[in-house]
Amino acid sequence: MGKTIAEKIFDSHRVEEPFPDTHVLKLDRVFCHEITTPIAITDLMARGMDRVFDPTKIKAVIDHVTPAKDSKTAEQGKIMREWAKRHGIKDFFDVGRNGVCHAIFPEKGFVRPGYTVIMGDSHTCTHGAFGAFAAGVGTTDLEVGILKGVCAFHFPKTIKFVLNGELKPGVYAKDVILFIIKQLTVNGATNKVIEFTGPIVEKMSMESRMTICNMAIEAGGTCGVCYPDMTTVDYLWDFIKDEYSTKEEALADYSKWVSDEDAEYEEIYEYDMSELEPMVTFGYKPDQVKSVKDMEGTKVDQIYIGSCTNGRIEDLRVAAKVLEGKKISDDVRGIVSPATPKIYSMALKEGIIDIFQDAGFCVTNPTCGACLGMSNGVLAEGEVCASTTNRNFNGRMGKGGTVHLMSPATAAATAIAGVITNSELFEA
Amino acid sequence: MKNFSGKVLFLDRSDINTDEIIPARYLTEITKEALKPFLLEDLSLPGFDSATDIKDKAVIVTRENFGCGSSREHAPWSLEVNGINVVIAESFARIFRQNMYNCGMFAIELPKEKIDYLFENYAGKDTSIEIDIDNDKIIVSSPGKSEEIEFSVGGFDKTLVREGGWVGYADKKY
Repeated sequence: MGKTIAEKIFDSHRVEEPFPDTHVLKLDRVFCHEITTPIAITDLMARGMDRVFDPTKIKAVIDHVTPAKDSKTAEQGKIMREWAKRHGIKDFFDVGRNGVCHAIFPEKGFVRPGYTVIMGDSHTCTHGAFGAFAAGVGTTDLEVGILKGVCAFHFPKTIKFVLNGELKPGVYAKDVILFIIKQLTVNGATNKVIEFTGPIVEKMSMESRMTICNMAIEAGGTCGVCYPDMTTVDYLWDFIKDEYSTKEEALADYSKWVSDEDAEYEEIYEYDMSELEPMVTFGYKPDQVKSVKDMEGTKVDQIYIGSCTNGRIEDLRVAAKVLEGKKISDDVRGIVSPATPKIYSMALKEGIIDIFQDAGFCVTNPTCGACLGMSNGVLAEGEVCASTTNRNFNGRMGKGGTVHLMSPATAAATAIAGVITNSELFEA
Repeated sequence: MKNFSGKVLFLDRSDINTDEIIPARYLTEITKEALKPFLLEDLSLPGFDSATDIKDKAVIVTRENFGCGSSREHAPWSLEVNGINVVIAESFARIFRQNMYNCGMFAIELPKEKIDYLFENYAGKDTSIEIDIDNDKIIVSSPGKSEEIEFSVGGFDKTLVREGGWVGYADKKY
């Protein structure tokens, strides 16, 4: 019997199995941000265990509230900053060099096929786009990861999606993953790895693969995974060219992190995606998904384009194409947050920032802020946001607010119309 | 070990997420104790009032997929500082469940029919629950009634409960 990617990574990283179905894995990366890490740091200090297992494998960023909005968030940043300095953590991205964790860490080449990655953030599943096992954990797992470089997991069974066909114009990775979450429901993938395969995924950029893997957690999944291929090698090439003489050699090496054809799956789902339409959420759970055309005309107050789901350059390009030469409705406000400084610079050079500003958008620095209602675009009671983020939970972007999740294209079209729409764009 | 017995708070809803358990606006706190007043402040459940219904409770009984969403360990911490160290549900989100055991707390799964039974027979009454960790039994009682329900947890989970969490155990072992 063959093995899935997850089985191969577990087998190559297992330190021991101290109890039945409890696998202690060696970690290649421990990622940290300022919301879930400070309490791990202060707890380690209180225990007299203020150490790190390997400062080169720990990467840290301030991203949820940046620059600090008040004394409390300033304190969180300060704890991170001093800790990184104290332990020689060179890859610490402070204000001005910081971006949304799940965008900046891949962009810096920190994630490779076959790696084990944890972070105190549920959207860590994003990094499975590189053929890695990447899982969100809590502060205690993070603390042990920082201290010992290990983490314990129950063995995750794998479910596989084979996505066939070709996406219609106006349909993007976000629509694909919203469709999949609708099929799985919010706990359909709990304790499972989701493999995304098939021609649709093979054609996707790394950015799009990160978008689909990012939302695996919204179906309860431990990690989303794509098989590494030449697209993965191309994305990583600047970081790996000293390790391999050619891209083909890198690809051959990475191919060991592809599931075997006779691997065993909990379930295999196969879909032809050719007729998929743009999708949007309603209600307060990410599996409450409809076609945009069934939600057209729904009034919104704010449009938000950004986040670890859809704040990458590809997303901004798509939105800018819709917005070019147009103005957003007088009845809405638009906010765009390029996910990293590099994305911001690219958008600036490509004229995308001008397009957003001319359309009437506020352009903010890279941050997670608005997505979870912490800063930079919090909703008021009763307000509605059309958002490219990942969670439509009750009050997620502000107490009493409602969120509709959608693609950057749909969000841009909605900004212009002031109500949920993308028919014009979809028919174009 | 922590305290695993006391009065029960019944939350009759599935998919209660960690944003509802502790909203993100309170994640700027850097001590667990500071989370105490905000537990379940945003819970969307008709008839529930976090200001009055949490007081003196030690155990939560709820439905499916409790603790879904964000990985924030602030969710178990906000339970812990309110004296709630046990959640009994039909199922849990993976990260929340692991966070509970990592803190030396109980996240116990029971089959749907047993959860239904608890709601039908004990919700709305002055119900208490005690966890017998040595014999894998939940002792549930309300005035004039008491019974035992068996549960099972893995060896790792039980060890974490006995050791008071993952940090001390991992430090000794790895």
